[in-house]
Order: sequence, then C-alpha cells, then structure tokens
Amino acid sequence: MTRKRRRLVAVSVGMALLAAAAGLVLNAFRDSLVFFYGPSEALAKEIGPDRRFRLGGLVEPGSLGKAGDGVTITFKVTDGAAAIPVRFAGILPDLFREGQGIIAEGRLLQGTFEARNVLAKHDETYMPPEVVDALKKSGQWQPEKKP
Amino acid sequence: MIAELGQLALALALIVAIAQSIVPLVGAARGDAALTAFARPAAYVQLAAVAAAFLALAYAYVTSDFSVATVARNSHTSMPLLYRLTGVWGNHEGSMLLWILILALMSAAVASFGANLPDGLRARVLAVQGMIGVAFLTFILFTSNPFTRQFPAPLDGRELNPLLQDPGLAFHPPWLYLGYVGFSVAFSFAVAALIEGKVDPAWARWVRPWTLFAWLSLTIGIALGSWWAYYELGWGGWWFWDPVENASFMPWLIGAALLHSAVVVEKRDALKSWTILLALIAFSFSLIGTFLVRSGVLTSVHAFAVDPARGVFILMILFAAIGGSLTLYAWRAPMLKAGGLFQPLSREGALVLNNLLLATGAATVLLGTLYPLFLDVLGAGKVSVGPPYFNSTFVPLMIPLVVAMAIGPLLSWKRADIAGAISRLAAAGIATVAVIGIVLYASGGTGFIAALGLGLAAWLFVGTMIEFAERLRLFRAPLAESYDRWRHLPRSALGMSVAHAGMAIAIAGMTASTLFQAEQILAMRAGEVVSMRGYDLRFEGVIQANGPNYQAERARFIVTSGGKPVTVLAPERRFYPVQRQQTTEAAIHTTGLADLYVVVGDSDGKGAWTVRLYHNPLVPWIWAGCLIMALGGGLSLTDRRLRVGAPKQRLAAAE
Repeated sequence: MTRKRRRLVAVSVGMALLAAAAGLVLNAFRDSLVFFYGPSEALAKEIGPDRRFRLGGLVEPGSLGKAGDGVTITFKVTDGAAAIPVRFAGILPDLFREGQGIIAEGRLLQGTFEARNVLAKHDETYMPPEVVDALKKSGQWQPEKKP
Repeated sequence: MIAELGQLALALALIVAIAQSIVPLVGAARGDAALTAFARPAAYVQLAAVAAAFLALAYAYVTSDFSVATVARNSHTSMPLLYRLTGVWGNHEGSMLLWILILALMSAAVASFGANLPDGLRARVLAVQGMIGVAFLTFILFTSNPFTRQFPAPLDGRELNPLLQDPGLAFHPPWLYLGYVGFSVAFSFAVAALIEGKVDPAWARWVRPWTLFAWLSLTIGIALGSWWAYYELGWGGWWFWDPVENASFMPWLIGAALLHSAVVVEKRDALKSWTILLALIAFSFSLIGTFLVRSGVLTSVHAFAVDPARGVFILMILFAAIGGSLTLYAWRAPMLKAGGLFQPLSREGALVLNNLLLATGAATVLLGTLYPLFLDVLGAGKVSVGPPYFNSTFVPLMIPLVVAMAIGPLLSWKRADIAGAISRLAAAGIATVAVIGIVLYASGGTGFIAALGLGLAAWLFVGTMIEFAERLRLFRAPLAESYDRWRHLPRSALGMSVAHAGMAIAIAGMTASTLFQAEQILAMRAGEVVSMRGYDLRFEGVIQANGPNYQAERARFIVTSGGKPVTVLAPERRFYPVQRQQTTEAAIHTTGLADLYVVVGDSDGKGAWTVRLYHNPLVPWIWAGCLIMALGGGLSLTDRRLRVGAPKQRLAAAE
C-alpha cells in the first residue's frame, strides 16, 4: 500500500469519526442543553413543564420551610422583581442560606419549580456569575461589600 | 522578612528563567558548547529559587503570619497543622506557586535525568521549559503575588474554605499538577524537535517516559479528585461532567493518545508529525484547563476568586503557547521525513484508530465544556451542558475504542491477520455474551445499557488476559518456558496489560455504580429502622461532637444484615464558625463490591432528621481501576529500554 493510499484511509476514517461525532453532538445539543433564567425571565418566557432549565437568584429571606413529609424543602427564589416558589426533596448544599445566591435545576410545574438539584456557591466570597447577571438584569445587583 | 525573601526568590527565578529561555537556544543554534551548557545549572538554580519561595510561603502559613494577605484570607490559628500546611495551595496564589514549583521540578529532572540526551536537544528542551517558566512567573508576580503584605495585620485569619479542610487537599492538587505540568516536558521536546527538524525513534524513546509519568500522575490526580468529591460533597456521585473535571479529563485523553502514538514512532518510525501535534495539544489542554479553573469564568469549588486581569493574562499565555507552537508546527512539520509503511489492519492501524477515537472524544468534551462560554460571549443566553450531553456523545465514541482495545495488542506490526486475532478472542467473546445475558436476565430485560457496559468490561478484561497468556505461551508451552518468558517479559508489555485490565475494572465500576445505584431520602427519628438492599440501618440519634475548629452534629446508625451486626456509621454535619459554613461528612461502609453511603441533613427541630442513603454497587472499582491503570504506567516506566543510559548504549552499538 502506498503512502498516499495509507493517508487516504487514515483521513477517511478520521472524517467518518468526526462526522459521527458531529451527529452525536448536534443530537445531544437538541435535547440536553439546559438554559439558565432568573425568576422574571422564567415567568416572562412561560416555560412549559417539559423543558428542564436552571433557575437562579437569591433565596428569599423568610421563605424557607418544610413540607408535611419532613423531607421536601420549600423556598422562594427571587431576583428582587419576581419570585418563584421552589420544591426540593433532598439535602440542601452546605452553603445554602436565606438571602444567598443559588441555582436550582428542574422543571416549572403549575407555577412551582420542582428542583432535582440545588447548587449553591462553594465559598463565602463567591457568587455564581449567572446569579450576578440575573440580579443585574432585574436591577437588584449590589456589588458585595469588601471586608 | 521571610515573605520578602520569598518574593525576592521569585524575582530571581524569573531572571534565571529569562536567561534559561534565551542563552541555550542561541548556544544550540551556533553550536557553542559553553552557552549550551548553561541550560542545566540554570534549571537547578531556578528550582532552588522557586523552592525557596514555596518554603517561605509555607513558613508564613505554618506560623500564621497574617500580615501576608493570602495567609490572612485562607488560614486560621485554630486550624490543625495539616490544613495550615496544605492551605498553602488551597487558594489561587499558592496553587499557582505549586504549579511553578512542579514546572521547575520537571525542568530540573530533565536536566539531571537527561544525561544521555544530545546536548543540543537538551538545551532546546530546557530553553522551552524556561519560556513556560517566564510566562507563569510573570503571571504570579504581577497578578497573583502570594507575598503581598497587608497592614495592619488582622488578629486572626479568615480560615480555609471548610470544603477543602480534608486530607484530600494534601494529595489531589500535587498529583494533578504533576500531570498537567508533566505534559510541559513532552511539549518542550516537541518544540525542540520542530526547531531541529528531526524526529526519530530515539526521540520517541526519550519523550515517552516523561509522557508516561505525566499521564500516570494525572490518572492518580483525577481519581483522587473524583473520590474526594464522592465522599465530601455528599451527593453519592463520583463524576459530574463539571467543566473543571472536564478540564483535567481532556489532557488525560490526549495524553493517553500520545502515549500510544509515541510507541509507533519508537517501534516503526511512523506517525511522527501526528505525535508531535499530540504533544503540543496535550500541554495546550493543560493550559486551557488552568485557564478555565483559574480565571473564574466557571462556577466551581476550584474558582477561588474572580479577577478579570488574571483571566486575560492566562488567556494571553494560552494564545502565545498554542498559537506559537502550532505556527512552528505548520512551518516545520512538513520537513519531517515520513517513516515505515503499514496496512490499515495492523498494530499501527489499531493505534491510529485509538488516537482518532481519543482525539475525537476529547473534541466532544471540549465542545461541551466551551459551548456555554461561547453562547455567553455571543449574548445568546446562559446555558449549561450537563451529563446528558456527555452521555450521548462521549460515551458512544468510547465503545468502539474499548472493543478495539482488546483486539489491537493481538495484531502484529505492519500487516496483521485480523481473523486470527479475533479467533483467539473467542473466550473473551463467550465471557461478554455470558455477562450480557446475566445482566439482562437479572434486570428483567431492561438493563440494556448496563449489560452493554459490563459486557464491554468483560470483553476488555478477558481479552487483555488472553493477550498476556499468549505472550507467555501459557498452557501452550511447558510451564518452565512460560516462566522463562515471564522473567524476560519487557516491563512495558506487562505495564500495558495491567493498565488495560485496570481500565476494564474501572469501566465495570462506572457502569454498575451509575446504573444500579439505589437512593432513598427520608426523615428519621431516633430508634427508627430503614432497610436498603439487605442492610437494616437503625438510627440511634444525633450527638454533639466538636472538632478543633468546628462544631459537629454526629448521627449514629447501627447497621445490621440479617440480624448480624455489620458496622456503625457516623455521618456528620459540621459547622465552621469562622467561615460560617456547613459541611457534610458522609459515612461510608465498603465491602469492596459495594458502598453503603449515609448522609445526615438538618433536623426539623422536632426530633426528625433528614437522612439520605445510597447503595452504590462496584463503586470502589472505579478508583481501584484507575490506580491499577496508573500502576501499569509505573511498571512501563521501569522498562529497561527507558532507563537512563540504555538508549545511548543501543545507539552506540548501532553506529
């Protein structure tokens, strides 16, 4: 087999693989991209219950509670302009506190966000950039006071 | 005073690095032995200076010198000594200093173990290492100075992030960085080869041990990180396709491809320019990883603080390194002489397939990792790309790879008898079908993906064993002959078999723990019993248990199985008053075949506690498999061929 033929085989296998990968990627992008919205945006877009998305904002002070089963946690996520009630069955992340920025992933069912996952920031001085943006959009962003 | 000495040492290291990146290059170009010889002492001095700076910072941490800003931000007098020490790299500045320390260590290692390298090549490799050093020393001195003082000094520090107060911090970052930065040596060898315009089997033999070392360190680093996340975050998962995890996974994939293509260069003098390209890309991915993690563009435990200047600086380093090296590649690579020919169906062909699949896999991971950033920059909305994307792109690409992994080693170089190879894998085929059948039967026909994953693991494991037995002619020749072959088996062959078997074990662990995980969340009161997969857990209540710098609520579960006592599990929920932060400490009972994993949440104030239980089958196999892979890499590293001096003798004999 000549060098040219060999290169041709390698290149065509490579192209076939890339095509397969591109197909897989496009297919995955159609189904598995998860968009991020702040509460105002999420309500304005009227997202249907079949669309999974990420909801981010601050935990509204005084909204944290527990449902009757003793496991499901309820709270509200707010960007200052709008708030959405969230239900979450599980153990909250370690840095979850009222008044702090969080991101919840799940679906919006009849006005309540059913979270499958709740992410909080990982340390005291860190705020998820998405939450900062959502707060900026609703005009509620205050740069954190430097200690 | 000590901190100022550290700062001075860093500045000295920068000056030495500048000289190291210019003088040997000029020397090698002019053939001036005196200038060329400058490279080695420069590498040693640079290591000494960086080590002095590192020790100065460690001293500041251990003695709690809060006039040093990073110490005040990340340490506290109540922290145990271990965390005051590991806290050195538990923050942005210190972790960059560790990065540079390891870079200097690798350069000095090239200088000292590279005694058999031609002077010109060694000088050029060390010069390129010097350039990387210049970039990162400038970065640390001008944007992330660990020795910045603050006055007045606070009375006490603000403590290390409690999530990082774990023995994992002592091991995960150093191993990971040995991997990341280890690829810089392969990169420097590639750039040096491009400057010289010459790549030959000897070059591959020199570059392979460094690649192996970097790859096996990265394997250990990733495995430790995954294990740490598993027991610390309390989610019962071990891999989240988080951008930071992906950042470490991409150089691992390309590094694995590089290891295999370097074999082809060494044995068959083919695939040279491709191997060079992989060496450049592997380190480029390390730099991209550093950028993603250190620039704060991502939401992650690793993003210590956001400072745009740092992100821009690393981006500049990234463009210079990737752009510069690829330009050099485009200019010089066509001059590399192509070597040995081979048929598509051959050992070389199988290794090319391995490379194409690994590279394509790395490309899909890169796309999924960067896509949210692209959309964000374009203002097209905020998205996240989660596990579903990777499961439906990366995982399918790895299936043919694992299938080929069992076949490839049985093929001969140049031209192979594929039918013969497959017929020798009959036992592996039978094992695969048996495993698939058992899993499908046990799951009632629904566990198709689990059956496929475990079947692949069986295929790879048995296939690897067959190849190993063939090599020893086990059961085909008298035992004495097999023993003799075992004694003369090259370590690299043994290393390959061990690493491939480790991969099979890890795949089995990943599949079973993901698809057969049992999870339960409930509210429990003292005295209540919950059952999971044959275990009964009796909740005994919660007691207060305080540590040196935290207050803990410790739950107690008495675990029995069929009435027989098994163990006592004591998960904790800790509160760190300085940072006002809570952490979860999972309690895990492992049998080696499965983990019983318990996390305790908060109480409702009326005596009930939220409890989360997992049963994760085969999960310990993931990390065991990774460590076995790394062990395989280590065995290969001890091969005679790669040992110092051995290649030189062979070259001398050939001449």
